[in-house]
Amino acid sequence: MLDPELLELAPAAPRRSGVRRLVRQWTFMVPAAVIAVLLVVSLFPSVFAGIFGNGDPRVCDLYRSAGNPTAGHPFGFDTQGCDVYANVVYGARSSIVVGLTATAISVSIALILGVIAGFFGGGFDQVVSRLTDIFLGFPFILGAVVVLNSVGSRNALSVSVVLGIFGWPTMARLVRGSVRSVAGLDYVLAATTMGLSRLRIITRYVLPNAISPVLIFATISIGVVIVAESTLTYLGVGLAPPAISWGLQIAAGSRHFQTSPHMLLYPSIFLAITVLCVIVFGEGLRAAFDPRRHQ
Amino acid sequence: MGAGLGLALRIGRRVGTLAIVFLGVTFIIYIAVYALPGDPIRALAGDRPLDESIVEALRVKYNLDLPIWQQYLAYLGGLFHGDLGSDFTGRSVGSLMASRWPVTIALALTAWVMEVLVGLSIGIVQALKKGTALDHGLLALTVLASCVPVFVLGVLLQQLFGVRLGWLPVAGVRDGWPASYLLPAMVIALFGLSAVSRLMRGAMVDNLSADYVRAGRAKGFGQGRIVGVHVLRNSLIPASTYLATDLGYLLGGTVVIEGIFNLPGVGNLLFDAIRTHEGPTVVGVSTALILVFLVTSVLVDVIHVGLDPRLRRA
Amino acid sequence: MTDTGSLLQIRDLGVEFDVDGARHVGVKSVSLDIARGEVVAIVGESGSGKTVTAMSILGLLPKNATVSGSVRFDGRELCGLSERELRGVRGRAVGMVFQDPVAALDPVFTIGFQIGEVVRLAEPRLSGREVRRRSAELLSLVGIEEPAERLGDYPHQFSGGQCQRIAIAMVLAESPALIVADEPTTALDVTVQAEVLDVLRQVKARLDSAIMLITHNMGVVADLADRVVVMRSGEVVEINDCIKLFESPSAPYTADLLAAVPRITAAPREVGESGETQAAASDAAVLDVRGLAVEYRRRPGGRVRAVDGVDLKVERGQIVGLVGESGSGKTTIGRAIIGLAPIAEGQVNVAGRDVAALRRAERQAMRRTVGVVFQNPATSLNPRYSVAETITEPLRRLGGMSRADAAERADDLLASVGLDARWRDRYPHELSGGQRQRVAIARAVALDPALLIADEPTSALDVSVQARVLDVLRDLQERLGFACLFISHDLAVVDSVADYVAVMHHGRIVEQGDRATVLGSPRQDYTRRLVASAPIPDPVAQRARRETWLSLT
Repeated sequence: MLDPELLELAPAAPRRSGVRRLVRQWTFMVPAAVIAVLLVVSLFPSVFAGIFGNGDPRVCDLYRSAGNPTAGHPFGFDTQGCDVYANVVYGARSSIVVGLTATAISVSIALILGVIAGFFGGGFDQVVSRLTDIFLGFPFILGAVVVLNSVGSRNALSVSVVLGIFGWPTMARLVRGSVRSVAGLDYVLAATTMGLSRLRIITRYVLPNAISPVLIFATISIGVVIVAESTLTYLGVGLAPPAISWGLQIAAGSRHFQTSPHMLLYPSIFLAITVLCVIVFGEGLRAAFDPRRHQ
Repeated sequence: MGAGLGLALRIGRRVGTLAIVFLGVTFIIYIAVYALPGDPIRALAGDRPLDESIVEALRVKYNLDLPIWQQYLAYLGGLFHGDLGSDFTGRSVGSLMASRWPVTIALALTAWVMEVLVGLSIGIVQALKKGTALDHGLLALTVLASCVPVFVLGVLLQQLFGVRLGWLPVAGVRDGWPASYLLPAMVIALFGLSAVSRLMRGAMVDNLSADYVRAGRAKGFGQGRIVGVHVLRNSLIPASTYLATDLGYLLGGTVVIEGIFNLPGVGNLLFDAIRTHEGPTVVGVSTALILVFLVTSVLVDVIHVGLDPRLRRA
Repeated sequence: MTDTGSLLQIRDLGVEFDVDGARHVGVKSVSLDIARGEVVAIVGESGSGKTVTAMSILGLLPKNATVSGSVRFDGRELCGLSERELRGVRGRAVGMVFQDPVAALDPVFTIGFQIGEVVRLAEPRLSGREVRRRSAELLSLVGIEEPAERLGDYPHQFSGGQCQRIAIAMVLAESPALIVADEPTTALDVTVQAEVLDVLRQVKARLDSAIMLITHNMGVVADLADRVVVMRSGEVVEINDCIKLFESPSAPYTADLLAAVPRITAAPREVGESGETQAAASDAAVLDVRGLAVEYRRRPGGRVRAVDGVDLKVERGQIVGLVGESGSGKTTIGRAIIGLAPIAEGQVNVAGRDVAALRRAERQAMRRTVGVVFQNPATSLNPRYSVAETITEPLRRLGGMSRADAAERADDLLASVGLDARWRDRYPHELSGGQRQRVAIARAVALDPALLIADEPTSALDVSVQARVLDVLRDLQERLGFACLFISHDLAVVDSVADYVAVMHHGRIVEQGDRATVLGSPRQDYTRRLVASAPIPDPVAQRARRETWLSLT
């Protein structure tokens, strides 16, 4: 019998249609470009810091303390007389390092716990879910403040670890939900009925199909972590000099806002733009890969 | 199947969960305060040298000579008698908090009401104008407001409305409610807008494309009735859960805002205690905050069931 | 049909959709008429444009649709009316019944509130008490028992069939001259379908309204329609009187469509019941279920028996059809066989080994001897695997084949389900439903299983696709000789593939035996009702069957 269904070879549907749609949207491409620039800046700060000829954030001149922007120093000076522009450029690295490290830590914890709870269910689910409830029971910042206050030496790594440890619960819930819904689908059942091992089912069937909402959420959470780091630093339990970070500059600037607003404004603007771009980028990914869009 | 029995079991489970969360959170706080490096007694003394015998006496008084789990059990024992402990100078944590609560509650409620009214309205407008410039513009504004750290926003608004325009008090609680609370509440609400409006927008968009909306249109109902009665009620379910949880967090005090605006609230008390290593105060205040949070989480459940009849089955 | 007599007159209707800048044709130059009091069925497979046609009448298409042509209702042009003007037509002149009855009701308001809303819309002057009385009256008209008490209930407290009755009651409230019913019974079980069709028929008689019935089910068409419009790819291919259409369709497509519809003949097969002869020769049954009970734990302490006291045997080379409505426990039996349901009592022997007694490693090994095909081809394939990966995975991981051997074997398997090597590197979302199901079948038989469990393998497919997938399945079974448990709600499909039939109801097997006997002359009341409620694609015979069905209920 002639089978029309088999004759028409469907045109190779664009497999990554989400990506194509994204590339066409400026609301996605602009933040993506900004993030790319920021990454390059944080990798090679000296190249960018030197653009106006005064590229070393640690060359300071107390005579110019809190000085206004002048030629060669477009963002002015801080209280120590250091160039604000150079500090802002070097500060990008701390923010991005903390954002990425803390998010990587919380995503790892969330993936492990979320998969255990979502795939195995039962008692495992109970334990993990209660643990998640416990960590959601007190505000993210509060927990971090208590722990960081007890930790003697605070640097980018310790701040990231603490933020990572307190940042996983929401993501773990997301992973659990996502894994549960995928684990209930027929193709996972099919893999089970074939007799494949559970490890293979998790790594090849469940995770690849459950991970995208989590990764998208993680992107957004990088922005949240960057803000959290600056808040902790503002409260005096985050990074401390001689580290260079936006949080430190904003904290110092907020004390002298009335007399020299440039000290607060420039680092704040950079921080806000960075976070905004990260969040809009994440939202763009979410919208593009939302399964409901494809119906 | 007895509906009464089912309900009793459900309540029992819920209470059990709350108890586990309560014990877990207080224990973690306890560990973070007492088991991590740093000697609270020495920190208390600051730079002054302390006599070894006094240190020892204080250790015994605050059970710091016992293993951590025994300290924790002793603390729990006190809690059962309504005793949140007392600080290193002998004042009870309960009385320390008493004068702080009204400030925090006033601030939290003011901020929360602003967040609810403005956030929900923005979300509704966005959903109804989905895909237009207005939708994108509101999204950009709310996200931007949530990207600026609250302390920057706080300082900026303080300068603008307090110093430059002189409309509202810069800091302190001398002018009472509402004047003293409007500015800090506004900062908190601005930060929370994006989450509330996004949730509401998402829920509204989902519901606007639901089958019952199309069915309603097919029956000849106007958009006003369909959106105003059906879509709104359905969309409030996810948003209400978030809002109630958020109120729980807000009632825990907002360390940063209370600091900037010099409001003597619970958050301020807690933060000072953390900075000065007042272990008993940190643990006591945190415990009270967790209780408040857990009570609001029960409230979340009640609201949820009230709004969604599908959850009423035993 | 003269123009003056028609209530609804569609001329040259065209609908285009704008999807991300590209234009897609929904329907193209559709013209049709519906006279007062007439039932016109619009039939077609998925993507034929039948629903788009219906939605364009009331301007209910999504915003990205552009409509051209003319829709006149009672002499009034509806195309191009404003939303406000259309509101006067919707409900009052033209009422609608939707496919998913539960979703069409607002979950958070009571039924009383929602019917009351419609009653007030139709008769704004009624007092609160009168509204309640009228609402209860409407519910009783559509056969909801204790209508006054049930006004306070929420939609989730009603079954799907009851929700559809409620939706019909709401249509009734506004007494429209035309009712558009979009797949009104597709989401329902056959026995419920028969009841809802009956309610629809009564409502039509009461209001003397016309019905536009959108459906893919030829049995439903035969049951209700006066005239039939056949659509394909957005165009009308035939408009014909119902009886004539089934007797002598004028379009070749209609003829193909009708030929693809499975019918319950219950007649013995011409080419010898191959299965049965082989079965007689074989010694032990591949699947032997004895006294099986499956129990699930319900939240507050209780237990629910999903399956109870089931005895079932499938022998080598035999296809056993397991028939039942939703919730009857047929799928649970399938799961219990592969050790995925909690067995409370009894034995499940697969190739001589009791599944319940196996340890995990043994159970994994046992599963390799059982292939499973699932209902929904959209979710049964891993979206991250290409066709080739899907089929080679069991061969390499479980069958221990080398990469080259597995690839070669995969090509053979694909060929045996009618797919050539061009499909190897495609991903599931690039395949049609039927193609996906072929891949799923190839995967299920890859390890040459002793037993194949096919759980509703064709119920998500269009009839013409269904017919071909069933051919593939039958063909493979003849060549490979596995035992097959074919689970389905569709008696006609089971009749066309199975040698032996077991009928399930409320977790028990109420009747089992030879296919021709069970479906041809059922002994149990439930089986009789089940057989009688499935509408058959023959208007004359269906009319007689309806009488039988009415006498049984």
